[in-house]
Amino acid sequence: MNAWLSPQSSLWWAVLIKCGVLLFVVITSFAYAMLFERKIIGWMQLRPGPNRVGPWGLLQPLVDALKLILKEDLTPKTADPLIYRLAPFISLVTAFSVYAVIPFSEPGPGNVWAVGDVNAGILVILAITSIGVYGISLGGWASGSKYPLLGSVRSTAQMISYELAMAMSLIGVLILAGTTSLVGIVNSQAKLWFFIPQFVGFIIYVVTAVAETNRAPFDLVEADAELVGGFNTEYSGLRFGLFFIAEYINMLTVSCIATLLFLGGWNAVGGLTMIPGIGWFLLKVAFFMFVYIWLRATFPRIRYDRLMAFGWKVLLPVATLNLVITAFVVAVRG
Amino acid sequence: MSRKKLYNVGALLTGLAITFKYMFKRKPTIQYPSRKKKHAPRFHGLHELRRYGDGKERCIGCELCSSVCPANAITVIGAENSPGDRRSPGERYAARYEIDELRCIFCGMCEEACPTDAIVLTPRFEMSDYRRGSFIYSKDRLLVPPEAGVGLAPDDRPNGIPSDLGSVAETKSTVDTDEGYDATWRGTILKTQTKGLAG
Repeated sequence: MNAWLSPQSSLWWAVLIKCGVLLFVVITSFAYAMLFERKIIGWMQLRPGPNRVGPWGLLQPLVDALKLILKEDLTPKTADPLIYRLAPFISLVTAFSVYAVIPFSEPGPGNVWAVGDVNAGILVILAITSIGVYGISLGGWASGSKYPLLGSVRSTAQMISYELAMAMSLIGVLILAGTTSLVGIVNSQAKLWFFIPQFVGFIIYVVTAVAETNRAPFDLVEADAELVGGFNTEYSGLRFGLFFIAEYINMLTVSCIATLLFLGGWNAVGGLTMIPGIGWFLLKVAFFMFVYIWLRATFPRIRYDRLMAFGWKVLLPVATLNLVITAFVVAVRG
Repeated sequence: MSRKKLYNVGALLTGLAITFKYMFKRKPTIQYPSRKKKHAPRFHGLHELRRYGDGKERCIGCELCSSVCPANAITVIGAENSPGDRRSPGERYAARYEIDELRCIFCGMCEEACPTDAIVLTPRFEMSDYRRGSFIYSKDRLLVPPEAGVGLAPDDRPNGIPSDLGSVAETKSTVDTDEGYDATWRGTILKTQTKGLAG
């Protein structure tokens, strides 16, 4: 179609335009993911949810953002000023950069629905999201007070424990697809989505993804009941907002990965190809976001020792077993 | 807790089913400032000093309400009616009538003690203000304006009760009106009691 949209294109302004559009779309999705969450949780708790600003509360994200921008930006006396100020940006930048390699729809002739089609896309995503933990860990540590420190210690332990099982659950998919390219993985799901042969891996991925993004019931890093706000206790104003944005964008990211790796990406359901690939992709991502919110509305926070026990004694062994069996079956069959 | 209970997946699914079901249930929220719940028939709210049909004040300054008040919230200072300017049908009228609504416990004893049914409790409850002094209601705010429902008990007025002072707010209730709130018992009582009185 357009030569400048091709993945090999080195036209810097084409990439820049793609980035700009993507940034806008991701930030807007964050804003409405938040409204979506507040609405759904409200309904599940027999409340109407936000409905005062704009029709059906649709302007709520705007006023929320305005509120956060206008609030005072505090830095505690005991905080390490440089790292304290830097941490939110580490979280946010890593959260955003993941989207550079996520393909949103089927690549057409000469163009690709991503900023860059990397042939090891899934590895890039895993590498970048791992850096995101630094934002939370350093932010909590640099705050110079006890609750954020506890939060960041928990975050470090939780991330290490669950990232292992998460990677293990993804390798099963990589073995089946025989490629690490995200486009390749989606294309190999044209007949059968991987959540059927990799059902165990799918469940493990969903559970670890909840833990990786610090969402209820694995939100021990924030744990507002015990740790006030965990790593973000001392943060206020826009810096808190950045952490907040990063959390929701990470939710969207893991939903995108789950869609790409397990739910067939942009492949249509039941031959309904009149909905374009991007539509299917977004629908599946929205479904995962709903599951996230549903989990948060349903389950209480798990205790810390049980979180660790669950990660190391259940998820990791089961994920490893799943990996070994998948590798064995693939090796035997051909 | 045993391991068996900790990894009880069935219980997790039951929980998810419950929250999913609740998502579609009817929400009991009443959008308060724009929609208001119908008050109970004998709701005790802000006081009101009533008038007779000819516009004269019912209060005769007898101070019975003040003496019966368990919270000492009412101050009445009576005065003699002058022949030229009769404020009430009796000999005396209330020159000053003040209720400290912050002290008031809204028990309705004043209402019961009043021999002329001058002081009544309306269902108005939105009295928030910024200063303590604003809660001392004197006659200018307690006395019902001559044009508003002269001679009628608050519950019997055609336009209902203004729910905030001054303006009549639209009161649309999301609560079932079939619960029998329409026939207000206090209104009936007041009607029978006022039979002997003018207006």
